[in-house]
Formats: sequence, structure tokens, C-alpha cells
Amino acid sequence: MSSVRVEKLYKRFGHVEAVKGISFEVKEGEFTVLLGPSGCGKTTTLRCIAGLEQPDGGRIYFDDEDVTPLSPAARNIAFVFQLYALYPHLTAYDNIAFPLRAEGLPKQEIRQRVEEVVRLLQIEDILHLKPRKLTSGQKQRVALARAIVRRPRVFLLDEPLSNIDAKLREVTRAELKKLQKSLRATTIYVTHDQVEAMTMADKIVVMNFGDIQQIGSPHEVYHYPANLFVARFIGSPGMNFIPGKVEEREGSLGVVIDSSYFLPLGEEQRMALQRLSPPVRQVVLGVRPENILVVQEAEKVLDGEVYVFEPLGVQNVVTFRVLGYLLKALLPGDRVLRVGERVALGFREVRVFNAETERLIA
Amino acid sequence: MARLVIEGLTKRFGRITAVSGLSLEAESGTITVLLGPTGAGKTTTLRCVAGLERPDGGVIRIGEQVVNDLPPKDRDVAFVFQNFSLYPRYTVFENIASPLRIRNISKEEIERRVKEVAHFLHIDHLLSRRPIHISGGEMQRVAIARALVRNPRVFLLDEPLTNLDAKIREEMRTELKRLQSETGATFLYATPDQAEALSMGDRIVVIRQGHVVQVGTPQEIYHYPRNVFVADFVGSPGMNFVPAIFEGENRLNVGPGYFTFTLPEDAASICRKNLKNPEVIFGIRPEDITISQEKRESLYPAQVEVVEPLGVIQIVRLRLDGHVLRVRSEEGAQFEIGERVFFGFKKEKVRIFDRMTEERIF
Repeated sequence: MSSVRVEKLYKRFGHVEAVKGISFEVKEGEFTVLLGPSGCGKTTTLRCIAGLEQPDGGRIYFDDEDVTPLSPAARNIAFVFQLYALYPHLTAYDNIAFPLRAEGLPKQEIRQRVEEVVRLLQIEDILHLKPRKLTSGQKQRVALARAIVRRPRVFLLDEPLSNIDAKLREVTRAELKKLQKSLRATTIYVTHDQVEAMTMADKIVVMNFGDIQQIGSPHEVYHYPANLFVARFIGSPGMNFIPGKVEEREGSLGVVIDSSYFLPLGEEQRMALQRLSPPVRQVVLGVRPENILVVQEAEKVLDGEVYVFEPLGVQNVVTFRVLGYLLKALLPGDRVLRVGERVALGFREVRVFNAETERLIA
Repeated sequence: MARLVIEGLTKRFGRITAVSGLSLEAESGTITVLLGPTGAGKTTTLRCVAGLERPDGGVIRIGEQVVNDLPPKDRDVAFVFQNFSLYPRYTVFENIASPLRIRNISKEEIERRVKEVAHFLHIDHLLSRRPIHISGGEMQRVAIARALVRNPRVFLLDEPLTNLDAKIREEMRTELKRLQSETGATFLYATPDQAEALSMGDRIVVIRQGHVVQVGTPQEIYHYPRNVFVADFVGSPGMNFVPAIFEGENRLNVGPGYFTFTLPEDAASICRKNLKNPEVIFGIRPEDITISQEKRESLYPAQVEVVEPLGVIQIVRLRLDGHVLRVRSEEGAQFEIGERVFFGFKKEKVRIFDRMTEERIF
């Protein structure tokens, strides 16, 4: 397996700039997810790495080799669209051996290489079966075996789980992650589903409008989103935003909301704000739904009114109307609130963004 | 707005019975959700109510009126389809107004009603545009507005959010629920998405293979699923199941052979009284299991198979010989793949199912 380096990749379709000079690296054995809404440039990026699109600018390296001029076949990649697309009339063994036979390898070597991957994927017992006799999990493994038997340098997957139902997707997600770890396969995976990205990735590259918005671990993009776009896109529901103004009251620096509420800031955020030059006054507070709490009057930050109540079993999504904004909170499943009920709201952890640039301050 | 009653609805297509003796009541001014996997008969049921299919048996009543023999246009229901289609050459205003135009309503009244419903759905600013100039989410709002503008007796919504992006789906879910509560409309809402069903439904009718499996509030469906199918289908991830033997008194042997524990008295007494066969299924929800890295009393060993971060929580999959337990755990705890850990569970949350019938006993 190889590492992958994308340098200043640029791709245009007519007047539309699909990818605007992006750079990122994927280490050997790493699971990297390209995440973003449709039209963000993630699939174009993947297709350029595969060699299915010719970039208008920039280079692509596998290890230290510049593969930009190479044809898709010469790049030795495995491109997986759907994890279930097997030849129905061939046995599992013949499905896996298919790409090697197409290359014209000697029988002996084919046998040896198939045996190697089936041992790794623990599917020795089902090799004589045809796809319709296989469970969905076994089909996936056969499809993966077929992809890796060629010993590709990189795995490229383009929304492989998008067409299967929710329950199966959940199982497949875990299975795929487990297999990727045991194969230590360098993987680049494209999706618009933030849950898939969070649960599977070592590293997430968040994209929008052809640009990279943030590169980070699932923990980083969730807790320290680089800007408002990432904050909104990651999480379900996404982060809530409330505009405010930085002020000092009674010797402590905080954010004034709607001139009537004052939220004192923590040490880290005070320091980050004080370091800024020129100083920033207009900010946006970002609060994750699980960090909005129903509190006693004494700990109140804001007053809220229950606007919509949505139970989800283990927890409830409660939309509060607060000063003309709608804030979504995730409250424990046993906490039932009525529409119209007024409650005191507190925040557990907030992020502060620059209102003008929309970037994270702290 | 009216109450909708379906009694013994049956619909066959050739040799396939799509809906088989289905009965349900949708109370006036509430949301009744038809929840089930693809092919369960949701769409067929809705189409029979709308008059787009002719039932082979059963009675459909809207208000006090049996509508079986009425043509669709006389039933006074509105249908919102999964694949919404707008008139491409009409503006958004004209699309929303179209059902009123054929009904001999004054121009002023049409204008008033379209503006009112457009305001409600936050599409006032789009009224003069044509469908190709608005986004997918906006199109679905227009389709809903077009249904709503008529003030029909019953709304039939067939997976109206399925084709939308996750973010928009989540927002629309909240808005639709608010809209229904403000207008007091009667909704019969079909979806395969359990989160949508739990969050929106006043009552949920779970259907499978054309039959009603369970009717209940979201809380009832979640905490007291009728059988293994509902327990697995509802929740994300769904309930965990491991075969078990009820050994009499209060003893439940899970695996059997993995571990034995003492059931709470209420569960045990029902098992003693109602079980004809000691072979049962032990069920526990992912949020009712805790993991520890230290061995303590009444904790049982397992191996970490995969960890899926989801922001503030993570799903940890534990391997227990031939079974997997999915655990919803706080993000703070760090687990390695392959690590030996110990788990415990809330005994009062254990559910017990008959292994033969898969019906819930406790």
C-alpha cells in the first residue's frame, strides 16, 4: 500500500471550478474520508486520484511517485462503487480470481493469491458458493477480496453505502472499518453522510465549493470546527448559532446576547480573544445540541420556550425558541417537555466564531 | 380536518398480497406514522386511501363517510409524494395555487392562501421563481405548500423527506411537525425511517409484509416493542439480542453459557407464569450497557471489535463469542480494537422475548 499526496489539485468543467487548488495527504494505511454536500468537489477529487479525470492543475503522488500523467490502469488502484456488485453466475472464488485471470496470470499464482486474501477476510468456507447464497456481509467480503487481490496501492470508494437501507448500512459501516484496520489499507472514501465520516475515518477532509474547509480527526472536526460551515454540517442536529458582542462586565470578558443576556467566557476563550489584533467584537456563539441544558433559574443563560418536541427513544430533540432564534437541544429520553413550556437554558460548552469571517476563534 | 379509519384493508397485485387485513385509526388533528421497511405496504395503503388504488377488501372512512366508492377528487385528501413533481413551466406561486384554480375560488382568496402557506414554509421569497431555479429542499417545501393550501380533510404523506439531504431532512422534520400542530391537520405519514417516526408521530403503526405489527406512542414502541422485529427496527442502533435460557426462579442464562444473572422479580414472575418453553431471547438497548476497563463484580468479559465515534458519544461493538453487543458510550472512554473489557447492564431494562414466536414476554 502507498501513501497519497494531493498537491494544489485544480479541476474545471467549462466555467465551473469544481476543485480549486486543494492539497492534502493520506498516510499509508490511513482511512481518509472526503466529506461534503453534493457539488462540493469530493467526487471530482477522487476521480482525479483514480485517473478518471485529468486535472487542469496540480499533481498527485503515490508515495513519492508522480502519477498525474499515468492512466487509471497504470496507477494500480482499486475503485469500488458498490460493495455488492458481484458476478451472479460465478462462485465467490471465481469472482475473486476474475481480475487476476483478466491480467493473464498463471493458474498457480492466481490460486495462491486468492488463498492469501480469503484467509485474511475469513471467507475460506464459502468460496464454492454463488452470490445469491451469500449473506450481505459475505458478499461485501467477497467484493473486498476481489478488490484487494490485485494488490492495489490505494482503495478508492465513492459512496459505497448510499443505496442500502439504514440497518444494513450500520452493520456494513462497522464491518468495513474493521476490515480496513485489519488490512491496513490506504483508503480514500467519499461521502456526504457525516455519520459515515465520523464513525469510520482516521482523518476527515471537509469540503465545500471546491475548497477544503478543514482537515482533522473526527474529534477535532466535531469539537473544534474550523468555521460555521463545518460546525453546521457535522453533528445531528448540527451546531446552534447565536450572534453576540464581546464585552467586559464586572471585570470579566464575555458575550452579550441581544443586549440583555451575558455569558462569561472561559479562560481559553478569553485569552484567544485578547490575542486578536485588531480585536473582534462581533462574534457568533456555537453550541452543540447536547450542550444546551435545562437549568435552575440561578444558572440561567437564556430563557427559552419549547417550540417543537421530538422524541427519539434514547434522547429527545427539543427545539427552543430563544430571542427569535431556534435552538435545538438533545435532552435525555426521560425528560419530557410540552410545547409552549418556558424553561431556563444553560450552556455547557460553547465555541466562539468571528461573525465576519465565520472562522473559529476558540 | 377529519378522523381517518381503515378497517381490514386488503390489496393484492396478482399473486402478491401487498396489504393484508390492515386496520388503523388516524385521530383528527394528529400525526399517525406508518413505519416499516421497503415493501411493507405503506405506499399501497396510502394510495388506497387516496383512491389511486382500488382495495380488494376493507372499508376506508374519512370523518363519518365511507369513501371506498368515491373517485380521488371527491375524497378531499392531499397527497405528498416521495418524488415530488412540480409543473416546470409554472412559477412557485402558480404551482402552489394550482389546486385552487380548478376549484372556482376568487383570485384574491387564492393569493391570500398561497401567501399564507408560503410564509409558513419560508418560501415567500421564491414565489416568482420557476422550479429549476430552486433547490431540492425548496422544491419539497413547494410540494408540501401545494398540498397544504387546500385545507383538505386528511394529508397523506409518502416518505416526503426521503430524497432530501440529511441536514435538510432534519430541519424539515421539525418544521413539518410544528406546521401540523399549528394547523391541526390530520397526517397519515409513511416512512421507513425510525427516527422520523419516533420524532414526528403522535402514534406509530409499525407494519411489515402488509400486516400491522404494533400500534403505540413513540415511547411505547421504543420501550415496549411487541416483538424482536420492532425492537431491532426501532432505535439506532437497534436493540441487542442474545439467546438465553430461563432456568427457573430468577435465573437467566445468557448465551447460554456466557453469563448467568438474577432477573428483577417483576420480569422473573412473568417468565415463571407465561413461559411454556425456557428458550428465550435476552434483549438490551445499546444505551443500557456500560463498559469498564476493570474487572468488577457483576461485570462480564468481552472483546472490543470496533469503535465508532459520533461526537459526544461513540458506538462500541463488543464481541461475545458468536454475538455482537452494540454499546452507546460516552466519548471520553478510550477503547482499542481487540481490547479485553468488561460490561454490565441495567437489569431493569432487560427485555425478554420468546425464542419461537419472537414475541416480547417482558
